[in-house]
Amino acid sequence: MLDFIQQLVSGIALGCVYGLIALGFVLIYKATEVVNFAQGDLMMLGGFFAYTFISLMGFSYWSGFVLSVVTMGLIGMLIERLVVRPILGYPQFAIVMATIGLGYFLRSTAGMIWGTDDLKIDNPFASGVIRIGNLVLAHDKLSVIVATVILCALLYVFFNRTRLGTAMRATSENMLAAYYMGIPVKRVVSLIWAISAMVAACAGVLLAPITFIHTNVGLALGLKAFPAAVLGGFGSIPGALAGGVIIGVIETMAGFYLAAGWKDVAPYVVLLGVLLLRPQGLFGMVARKKV
Amino acid sequence: MQFFFKTTYDQDIRLIQHRGQLWSYALLFGALLAAPLLLSSYLQSQFVFVFIYAIVGVALMILTGFTGQGSLGHAAFLAIGAYTTAYLQSKGVPFAGAGLFHLDLTLPWIGASRLWLPHLGYFLWAGVLTGIIGAVVGFPALRLHGIYLLIATISFAFIVEEILARWESVTHGNEGLRVRTLQAWGIEIPTNHVSFYYLCLGVLAIIIIGALNLMRSPTGRAFIAIRDSETAAKSMGIDIAAYKVKSFAISAAITGLAGSLYAHKLSFISPEMFTLLLSIEFVMVIIIGGAIGLHGAVLGAIFIVMVDPLLTWVKDDVPTFIAGLATSLGVGAGRAQALEQTLNNVASAAGLKGAIYGLIIMLFILFEPMGLYGRWLKIKLFFQLFPLYKRASFKRQKTYVKTERNR
Amino acid sequence: MSFFRVDGISLQFGGLKAVDNVSFEVDKGEIFTIIGPNGAGKTSIFNLISRLYEPSSGRLYFGDCDITGLPPHTIAKMGIARTFQNIELFENASLLANLLVGRHCHSRTRLWQELMFLPSVKRAERQHRAKVEEVIDLLDLQAYREKIIAGLPYGVRKVTELARALCSEPKLILLDEPSSGLNVEETDDMSFWIRDIKDELGITVLMVEHDMTLVNRVSDRVLALNYGRVLASGTPAQVQSHPDVIAAYLGS
Repeated sequence: MLDFIQQLVSGIALGCVYGLIALGFVLIYKATEVVNFAQGDLMMLGGFFAYTFISLMGFSYWSGFVLSVVTMGLIGMLIERLVVRPILGYPQFAIVMATIGLGYFLRSTAGMIWGTDDLKIDNPFASGVIRIGNLVLAHDKLSVIVATVILCALLYVFFNRTRLGTAMRATSENMLAAYYMGIPVKRVVSLIWAISAMVAACAGVLLAPITFIHTNVGLALGLKAFPAAVLGGFGSIPGALAGGVIIGVIETMAGFYLAAGWKDVAPYVVLLGVLLLRPQGLFGMVARKKV
Repeated sequence: MQFFFKTTYDQDIRLIQHRGQLWSYALLFGALLAAPLLLSSYLQSQFVFVFIYAIVGVALMILTGFTGQGSLGHAAFLAIGAYTTAYLQSKGVPFAGAGLFHLDLTLPWIGASRLWLPHLGYFLWAGVLTGIIGAVVGFPALRLHGIYLLIATISFAFIVEEILARWESVTHGNEGLRVRTLQAWGIEIPTNHVSFYYLCLGVLAIIIIGALNLMRSPTGRAFIAIRDSETAAKSMGIDIAAYKVKSFAISAAITGLAGSLYAHKLSFISPEMFTLLLSIEFVMVIIIGGAIGLHGAVLGAIFIVMVDPLLTWVKDDVPTFIAGLATSLGVGAGRAQALEQTLNNVASAAGLKGAIYGLIIMLFILFEPMGLYGRWLKIKLFFQLFPLYKRASFKRQKTYVKTERNR
Repeated sequence: MSFFRVDGISLQFGGLKAVDNVSFEVDKGEIFTIIGPNGAGKTSIFNLISRLYEPSSGRLYFGDCDITGLPPHTIAKMGIARTFQNIELFENASLLANLLVGRHCHSRTRLWQELMFLPSVKRAERQHRAKVEEVIDLLDLQAYREKIIAGLPYGVRKVTELARALCSEPKLILLDEPSSGLNVEETDDMSFWIRDIKDELGITVLMVEHDMTLVNRVSDRVLALNYGRVLASGTPAQVQSHPDVIAAYLGS
């Protein structure tokens, strides 16, 4: 029983990381109907910048955290300006491939700049634990869970209760109409990429104590975040979190209770199941075209 | 300016539209036939990779370019073809030839039994088996569009990779399988021999002609209809489900054939050779080549396969060349030396290949969405219309995001 | 046994009843028009007939065949073709390619024959092309044969929609607002073509229209709908003088 709870917490923490990456997917999708395959690599970059600020330049953990989040926000806007804006309106396949190319590029360039070894950063969560009876819960995992929940709540309110959030949803439905309605479409899209990159940076920094920072972190986790986003329903913020947690728990449980190899495959089997049975995910909506 | 006056329907239906095309393709084919006699064995080997990548490019063109079903999982089909080859070869089946082979299975209730199956060589079996699996994949894919289909194909490829690693009785798992020399009708065709080059070229030529035949017939038109408007296609009598499954099956079968050749070329296969990155390379082939015609597949294949030799050249020769250039422009010897050193460091950095791949994909999508073939068509049009070519002929209309959720 | 019969068909989207218990019959060789204000359910009925939507209740009969459960591609093969209100052409293909797709329900060649492009396939291709050229001649589209649809003006695309439907040699053709977006000249041409479809080609026409002049000029019988329900049915004169129709749609 104890093992089960231990694994559950691990799974939820892992799931929160997937959820944060999935959240990044969902944010960009909500505003521009683009799926950013480079989201995991943005997370990796966030981790690398945190390493630079904290371990190389000597900033404190929290100021380094904030600095890397801000830097990633700027990089997100830069990427949007250079790579995404020219190709909005292209068929989805082309945009997806462009983001895949972007991911490749970021991964390899990070490898060239920071090297391919695992990197660590000093952080206040590294060794702390909370004990509840015989249960040992690590601080780093709990920090991930808490931060994710806070971020999700903030973003949910932003998208559904503020004018800017509504403007973003309008832009993804019909950009031309959004232009006509006076929505500053270019600024909206820039902002959404910045927010998405910042969310990815948070995930990267929070994850650093658990998996260390290296170039392939983004690809591996980014790919697993797809099942999370699909399970939650691509247009839904709480869905991204829910999907992520479910996938994280399934993966951890599969790794613990099933034979070797199932750990990596389980999320994809779940994904295929969802796609076949309920493609709109848990929280998504079905739409039909009127001819 | 050239104008072709058409007098019969056949001129539109034929593969070769006019004499000029016949001559240029004949010339190209002749050059490819003569190439092994003129090129180094290294380049000849690279050409074989070009042919194999081009075959997969054609397969992907049929599925993605013509039917509009994006797939990032073709490495899995290649793997299935490759492993079928290695497995049947271990059973004594030749590349081509006729006969029977047996499978030893443990069936429920009956126990250990031997299943005898006919074969025309493992090459065709690779195609057939992969095609069947492609059809099976096609069924669930019916309900998926756009990004969901891409994600589903990625998952499928991942699961196949995992199965190949775990099913050790058949695939030897991560240890990999050795692939022995190709044997067809009693003749041995070693992989680095010129006959293997001609075999791959022949297979490519047959596949291209088959694909061209497909696209000028009702089935090909049905594929394009499905890509452009499913609603209209349904109303014109096209059974969307059947045709999507057919498209998947054909694409997978062709990739399976390529997998067989690929297995021979590498002479050793293991699951980690068939990753997502390989699937992405195949998609790059049609993006770089241009998803508008089969020429794109070949051009893209040439480009992708040539990136490696190009990188080697960059690493070896370019830093010295640039340093030499700098010296001749008057830069001091010390500065030139430092320049050469930095360039060397950059060129040797692990990950340069990935960065260049990523950059190429982005640059092509941003600036040359119709790919190399598109650029070639634009150049041809320029010369055909000279001097009346208008610069705005291919200027992109500004497009806006319109939701694809309601298809 | 009527040529085409709609029997108590209803369509419900959640709480909204788009079509409410509509019944009518179309006789062979006539031009039958459905009129009504926007949102009356006209296009929904078309989508039900061409099997793009599933009815909540009711049945559809083509001849003596119950087509209510059949998929769209099957009824196309049975001889029902349609045009779309918001044009659904293949934008990146040439006009000729679009029309050749219209011949799809008549293609008898198998995949393996096509891969090798046997002489039988070539013969079939020539026949398809010949039939398509007949339609091009009828609708005067010769100048646009090789042009890509994306570059054609709206009027030409509307005619292309009609041409593609005709290429499938249907017995019943459904025209969804054939004159919307056309100017006076083009609407005149359209009315002549619709009459030609009936007289020369012997195809039964079921049409949705707003342009009353066109309706009067070509229709044999008219059905008026409002809020998904039938208001009146009969000859154009009868329907247009019906008090309910005037109140709801034509204005008094």
